[in-house]
Amino acid sequence: MSTEPILRISGVHTYYGKIEALKGIDVEVNEGEIVTLIGSNGAGKTTLLMTVCGDPQAQEGQILFEGKDITKVPTDQIVRMGIAQSPEGRRIFSRMSVYENLQMGALVTDPKYFNEDLAKVYKLFPRLEERRDQRGGTLSGGEQQMLAIGRALMSRPRLLLLDEPSLGIAPLVVRQIFQAIKEVNEKEGMTIFLVEQNAFHALKLAHRAYVLVNGKVAMSGTGQELLSNPEIRAAYLEGGH
Amino acid sequence: MADTVIDTKKPGLMVGWLDLGAMLKECVITALLSAVLFLPFIALHADTGGSGGLVIETRWDSWAWFVLAAFVGRALLVVWRENPSSRTRDMLAKTVVTPVGGFFRKNMVAIGLVALVLAVLFPISPFGNRYSVDVATTWMIYIMLGWGLNIVVGLAGLLDLGYVAFYAVGAYSYALLSQTFGWSFWVCLPLAGVFAAFFGVILGFPVLRLRGDYLAIVTLGFGEIIRVILLNWYNVTNGPDGISGIERPTLFGLEFGRNAAEGGTTFHDFFGLEYSTMYRVVFLFYLILALAVLTNLFTQRIRKLPVGRAWEALREDEIACRSLGMNPTNIKLSAFALGAMFGGFAGSFFATRQGFISPESFTFIESAVILAIVVLGGMGSQIGVVIAAFFLIVLPEMAREFEQYRMLVFGAAMVAVMVWRPRGLLSYRDPTILFSKITGRKSTGREHQA
Repeated sequence: MSTEPILRISGVHTYYGKIEALKGIDVEVNEGEIVTLIGSNGAGKTTLLMTVCGDPQAQEGQILFEGKDITKVPTDQIVRMGIAQSPEGRRIFSRMSVYENLQMGALVTDPKYFNEDLAKVYKLFPRLEERRDQRGGTLSGGEQQMLAIGRALMSRPRLLLLDEPSLGIAPLVVRQIFQAIKEVNEKEGMTIFLVEQNAFHALKLAHRAYVLVNGKVAMSGTGQELLSNPEIRAAYLEGGH
Repeated sequence: MADTVIDTKKPGLMVGWLDLGAMLKECVITALLSAVLFLPFIALHADTGGSGGLVIETRWDSWAWFVLAAFVGRALLVVWRENPSSRTRDMLAKTVVTPVGGFFRKNMVAIGLVALVLAVLFPISPFGNRYSVDVATTWMIYIMLGWGLNIVVGLAGLLDLGYVAFYAVGAYSYALLSQTFGWSFWVCLPLAGVFAAFFGVILGFPVLRLRGDYLAIVTLGFGEIIRVILLNWYNVTNGPDGISGIERPTLFGLEFGRNAAEGGTTFHDFFGLEYSTMYRVVFLFYLILALAVLTNLFTQRIRKLPVGRAWEALREDEIACRSLGMNPTNIKLSAFALGAMFGGFAGSFFATRQGFISPESFTFIESAVILAIVVLGGMGSQIGVVIAAFFLIVLPEMAREFEQYRMLVFGAAMVAVMVWRPRGLLSYRDPTILFSKITGRKSTGREHQA
């Protein structure tokens, strides 16, 4: 792995007002990898993901995407550079139809790719095709998550950021969604940066993982290493998954 | 289950789901019954004659109108009853918003076209007297304002309490441009739109970060600022005295006055007609109709374009918008600017129609009425605006005799709408594209909830 990582986060500090949410984070994501970030509530997982997207922007440190500094680039520009995000809580457009939601995802791309991308998303989540006329808000939680991921994929990203795709979703559907994430990674070679509370699933899926505690990276390693680490087991995995 | 009732009958002349023969029979029976019933009540009228005795006079024309009304009413009832989407028994199973929404939704294009044809025919129909065309013109102005504000409030979800400011900017732009430079209405109209759009952007910039109630308060203040400026900038706006003698619009250079200005031709001379003030009234009606239709077509079209979609997405979720690469700044500014532009068009029309404007015409209550039209109509619904404007503008106008109770009834009607149809009269949003035709109750029932 001599090549430059697709995403390099170095020494990033992010503040909410005076509160320091991220206290010097170093994370790297290589092309074609699934990297996961686990940690408890309030550790700063979502903040880190949002900082990559420039909302809020990092006060110190640097974020490089494909070698370009995106630390101070506005959010909408970052998306146009090839980073797509499925935000926390899914945030689909609830009054718009499934199809329209997917159209919204493709706003930043050349329309000529639309049909091809749409077919890919439908193949990944056949459920979305069945429900294409239905309002987003009337989908189940799992379907909404599929829609959020599908919508993010419609922008033809080279890096996909997923924020807690398992949030509030039935265990069976969680497995389906993680299966789909794996598929996108393997078939399309999509690089994925995944934030999860569901550490067990996330670590099983990920090539590499970072553990975030109180705004700092406490540990990192391959998914398997962390899965078998007794500390991690005690903190995040015991008591069911 | 809806079809079984129709199937058991012998099919007569069927038009879609409607059995014309059966309908005609019902209507004729109803008309005959009412003809008999109304004979003593309407057709024969007892009055005190000259010598003090009772004289019976006949009023066959009124009687005929009543019978006709019964006939048409029955026809409408049958259509409503037979329509598979609005069967009485099914209504019970549907949510509160479904029945009306369902009917309008499925016949949206047809209703729109019928309404347009009726509007075009209205001035030349027997109902088109000076007063009624005038009222209809006022109605159209508010429809246009409602459609313009719908872009900002209904589509982009930005609560704007100062919309009348753009109306005022449009009106004053036209009045001042026309009086200062002597430009005609047709030159000033687009300019007034541009000026209003410019003011829309000016309002847009400071409020970019605001949403909901905060945004509402700032826009409210903006509306007042414009009015106060108009009131106090005496050199330019003539203050509270207003601007009078505003030039009337021409039809391709043909004027509507009795006598043409130097070198001009009047409309009635050109077509060899008798002079009548009616021509101008009717012309103004068609003018505002055209402007309103333009507004509507524009809105319908832009909803299908990326920028219109972005407005709706912004209304739903700003964070999601940003995470999809949309720039909320541009989206909000474009919504403010385009909404304001149509307000400006309506404003110049208002100025040219009245011939006189003063800040008094642009008070907060106007903004409130326009917003009420949009909200009552159902945010984002185009036909809803037409209906709501009828209730808010035309009905109070017709009920002038009950002047004292007007506001009372108005308030009660608002409360009633909010109780029974809390999301507006027509509260649904149609996707801009659909793959399966909306016919079954299955999909629509689900769509109307949540």
